[in-house]
Amino acid sequence: MDTVTILLSSFILSVTGLFVFIWSLRRNLFERNAKGARTIFAAGEIGHVEDPGATQAGISALQRVVAHGGADNTQPDQGALRARLEADRSSAKPAFIFLCCAVVWLVLASFAGLTSSLKLHNPDWLTNTPWLTFGRIRTLHLNVVAYGWAPMASFGIAIWMLPRLLKTKLAGGRYAMLGAVLWNAALIAGLVCIGNGINDGMEWLEIPWQLGLFIVAGGAMIGLPLILTLHRRTEKHLYVSIWYMGAALFWFPILFVVAKFPGLHFGVEQATMNWWFGHNVLGLFYTPMALATTYYFLPKVLGRPIQSYNLSLLGFWALAFFYGQVGGHHLIGGPVPEWMVTLSIVQSVMMIVPVLAFTTNQFLTLRGVLAAIPHSPTLRFIALGGLMYTLSSIQGSFEALRSVNTITHFTHFTVAHAHLGLYGFVTMVMFGAIYFVMPRIMAWEWPYPRLIEWHFWLVVVGFAIYFVGLTIGGVLQGLAMVDATRPFMDSVTVTLPYLEARSVGGALMTAGHLVFAFHFAAMALRYGPKRTGSVILGNPFAA
Amino acid sequence: MENEFKLISGALVTLAVSASALVVLPYFQLQSVRPPEKLKDYSPDEAQGRQQYISEGCVYCHSQQPRDASQAPDAKRGWGRAPVPGDYYYDKPHLLGTMRTGPDLFNIGARQPSIDWQLGHLYQPRAYTPNSIMPGFPYLFELKAQAAEGDKVVTLPPAFAPAKGVIVAKPEAIRLAKYLLSLDHTYPIPDAAQAK
Repeated sequence: MDTVTILLSSFILSVTGLFVFIWSLRRNLFERNAKGARTIFAAGEIGHVEDPGATQAGISALQRVVAHGGADNTQPDQGALRARLEADRSSAKPAFIFLCCAVVWLVLASFAGLTSSLKLHNPDWLTNTPWLTFGRIRTLHLNVVAYGWAPMASFGIAIWMLPRLLKTKLAGGRYAMLGAVLWNAALIAGLVCIGNGINDGMEWLEIPWQLGLFIVAGGAMIGLPLILTLHRRTEKHLYVSIWYMGAALFWFPILFVVAKFPGLHFGVEQATMNWWFGHNVLGLFYTPMALATTYYFLPKVLGRPIQSYNLSLLGFWALAFFYGQVGGHHLIGGPVPEWMVTLSIVQSVMMIVPVLAFTTNQFLTLRGVLAAIPHSPTLRFIALGGLMYTLSSIQGSFEALRSVNTITHFTHFTVAHAHLGLYGFVTMVMFGAIYFVMPRIMAWEWPYPRLIEWHFWLVVVGFAIYFVGLTIGGVLQGLAMVDATRPFMDSVTVTLPYLEARSVGGALMTAGHLVFAFHFAAMALRYGPKRTGSVILGNPFAA
Repeated sequence: MENEFKLISGALVTLAVSASALVVLPYFQLQSVRPPEKLKDYSPDEAQGRQQYISEGCVYCHSQQPRDASQAPDAKRGWGRAPVPGDYYYDKPHLLGTMRTGPDLFNIGARQPSIDWQLGHLYQPRAYTPNSIMPGFPYLFELKAQAAEGDKVVTLPPAFAPAKGVIVAKPEAIRLAKYLLSLDHTYPIPDAAQAK
């Protein structure tokens, strides 16, 4: 048998296996109003919005849209709401610590990213300081986002959601806090190393492996509350968010250990491993964490269960299966085994399956209540983030096709795509979740609601400029590069206006982050007018 | 789903499948790869220069993997033939790179074989390539009033030379340049090695 036959038959075999497995987990797969989707609500709570991040006026408007003008006289079960308050209280401290770290890293990452961007069109700026050279500050930016902002925000939100989803109090919060200390200490040390030119030399894996040990230990401790809280859960059904978070918390340490294992990898094999890790840290860590967040907050704010909930089962397992094998598309045309690249291209295209499942869930849940979006800060960021997930994934599937990849590979197009995923999707979703969670943690309303608007529009406009600019620049760069009649320098000069546009977009995004960080700090210090009314209970009907 | 054990074991199986496809199978397939006859291991200076390349993050703008002529005109740019796994036999860690803000460097040693060019270009890229957006690395050089014995003086076009004194390359810069000069994969490879 030749390689193609082996590949094809194993592909068909594994996909069949996957669907049989999903089938075995089904419970009324095609039921429209699945019971599982309702587990995030208290009895009688469906139809009642919850948005601690909105103003009183916003909540009333939100409620009007969701109820379609009609009055809803059902009362949520007060006992269940009180139990949820208890659950929220149990996770407040660890979640708060994670989110504080996240915001600090976000601000640092913004400046490192902006500096890198400026340096690309001002190559003689700040060249005398080694740690500020492009190759280092860019790497600092990536690592602060990849190991600082994104995981800290994800962990914070995950730890906060756990007791709510499992209807119990958080267990093992102390381990998580200790884990956060370890993780952040290792990250700081790793950044100092990178700044001083000490790194392991692989993209996404620069932090020296000796420090990686502490990140793994910290990560394991952060994962502990998941297991401990699962153990004492009072809710039988595991809601879709738990699947994503649970799997991601197991996936990440394995990915990291395999990738960082010293002395194991060699030559081209190391390159395939590098991109197996590089793409999986996105696909099997940040993406599931952000999907878990979306699957909880979107229906919760609207007081409306996820529609076609059972589709999410297909979405989850298809993501788990296909996403893991797409990494080879980073090496199309490279000196790696041809069959592996082909496999990765096929699985990249198959990613359309889980993405459509998620998109259908999101679309059906939002259908008819789109008018609610402007009234809720959380909904705004998360609905936009969900849309960006769909776009970036579809874009990624096409980008993996050989014909498209020939143009876009090695160009800024890839950078724009990566930011569509990690910023447009993951970061936006985390912003939305933080606006929901912080008032609960602090028992305090957001002091200056106008700042949320500022934050939103600065990052949305900034990111639009960033993404559109860099995408166009990347395509032009790629076209120049594959045209043998044009000198290589054409592919550099043609990008310059777009690199400048990226700096403009990046500066707006940074400004948005500063607004957000200021507001977050004001909130953390309980600054501003004291407004802690019924909003904090999240139930405008509970007097 | 109500069973956490099914969830976690399912998740571990999918990860195992993914690791087998992208890590374990390539590991065994590539384990037997031997270096092409003409490929030399890095000298101690070149190996240290390679570390400098890693320290400065050169890989984020420069690939070391020209594409095959059937896909892109990389060879016509002087970047060389499409590589085979054996070409990377001595590379730990790999530095294939996935970005070409600057050109591919798989054969930079053959394309720019002069150490004077390399050093001058590292000091100030725009002295040699107008409009280049590569940063200079002045901290790998020092300005001296006079060159001492054994100093490697960097030759620069008058417009970029210092008004007084000379620019001398530090050992780090010389090692980095030596590494770049070692990047020469112009030797022929037997067809069998091309098999993937």
